[in-house]
Amino acid sequence: MAALGSPLRTLRGLLRELRLASGPPGRPYRDTAAYRHLLAAFRAHRVTSEKLCRAQQELHFQAATYLCLLRSVRHLAALHREYHGRGERSPEEVAGLVGFRLPQQPGGKG
Amino acid sequence: MWRGRCRRLLLGCAPRPAPGVPKGTGGGRGYAPPAERKRFYQNVSISQGEGGFEINLDHRKLKTPQAKLFTVPSEALAIAVATEWDSQKDTIKFYTMHLTTLCNTALDNPTQRSKGQLIRAAVKFLETDTVCYRVEEPAALAELQKNEWDPIVAWAEKRYNVAIGSSTSIMGPNIPASTRDTFSSHLASYNMWALQGIEYVITQLKSLILSMGLIDRHITVEKAVLLSRLEEEYQIQRWGKVEWAHDYDLCELCARAAAGTLFVHLCSESSTVKHKLLQD
Repeated sequence: MAALGSPLRTLRGLLRELRLASGPPGRPYRDTAAYRHLLAAFRAHRVTSEKLCRAQQELHFQAATYLCLLRSVRHLAALHREYHGRGERSPEEVAGLVGFRLPQQPGGKG
Repeated sequence: MWRGRCRRLLLGCAPRPAPGVPKGTGGGRGYAPPAERKRFYQNVSISQGEGGFEINLDHRKLKTPQAKLFTVPSEALAIAVATEWDSQKDTIKFYTMHLTTLCNTALDNPTQRSKGQLIRAAVKFLETDTVCYRVEEPAALAELQKNEWDPIVAWAEKRYNVAIGSSTSIMGPNIPASTRDTFSSHLASYNMWALQGIEYVITQLKSLILSMGLIDRHITVEKAVLLSRLEEEYQIQRWGKVEWAHDYDLCELCARAAAGTLFVHLCSESSTVKHKLLQD
């Protein structure tokens, strides 16, 4: 069984991702079906004894997987916006990426 | 492929002009990214139909690229797909919606493959499995591969009671036929939806063994992705990391592997809730 850490930590992470991913402003993420489903699932599988609970482990693994999905998609979207989302770069920008500067011609071109 | 067809996604959705192409920063020269479709809906909800759970975008039903009704077998999967659609900000970014894509693939089956073909394709990956191919030099990488990959291969051999082994030759390890048969019969126990997901994970991680470790919940997605990219991580340690290439690949692989794993689990589980009897 994979090491997953505390379920509460996973739940907190998931809620954070849902908050960050929530759509148009004005609608709180607590109104979404995902929020309600997650809380209900976590509550239903909460066990009070310390015994190993297979169903809880499976749910926790699923939750951790979903957390990984949401987090990676958010990071990827940010990277895409930063580096890939704007089409071709100008020569100056390309040179700047690798730490070069284009030569300046004193007195302008020609 | 997606963009041309997304107009057909919705029933009775009037065609509208594509949003203006954003101008590239290269002073009007060169390649500009293709326009993304605007978010044309406000509310996303799910409803239960005859074939399963459906997604509604403002009371219009979501359809697949082949104009079939979008229905999924599990409620949790429908909620996850609805969340994907709801988390689109101004434009719809299909490349971030992995679960929607997987459902579309399972519904449309664009390559028209049967269950037997899917299983054969999955098991064929064993011959070129990433974790079975080892290097001899540099010594540090060879040792890293031994330390990181041997436990997962040993786990798979024990879990499925098969012989796999590893090899440093270009021909790869010699996988006995019984191993292939065992994996084939194990994969045959999954349904068609789950198999599509499994094949997706295998082709992303380039490894059947790592994928089965994920499906059996033996390793986490992060661990599986790390093991799959072991050589790249070694080279990064040595030569440095480039955010727009290495991190981009890492995030993409994590997202795809996680989406595939979640898809398999949500499609193959038969959820039974057993309540404890309450004493009055």
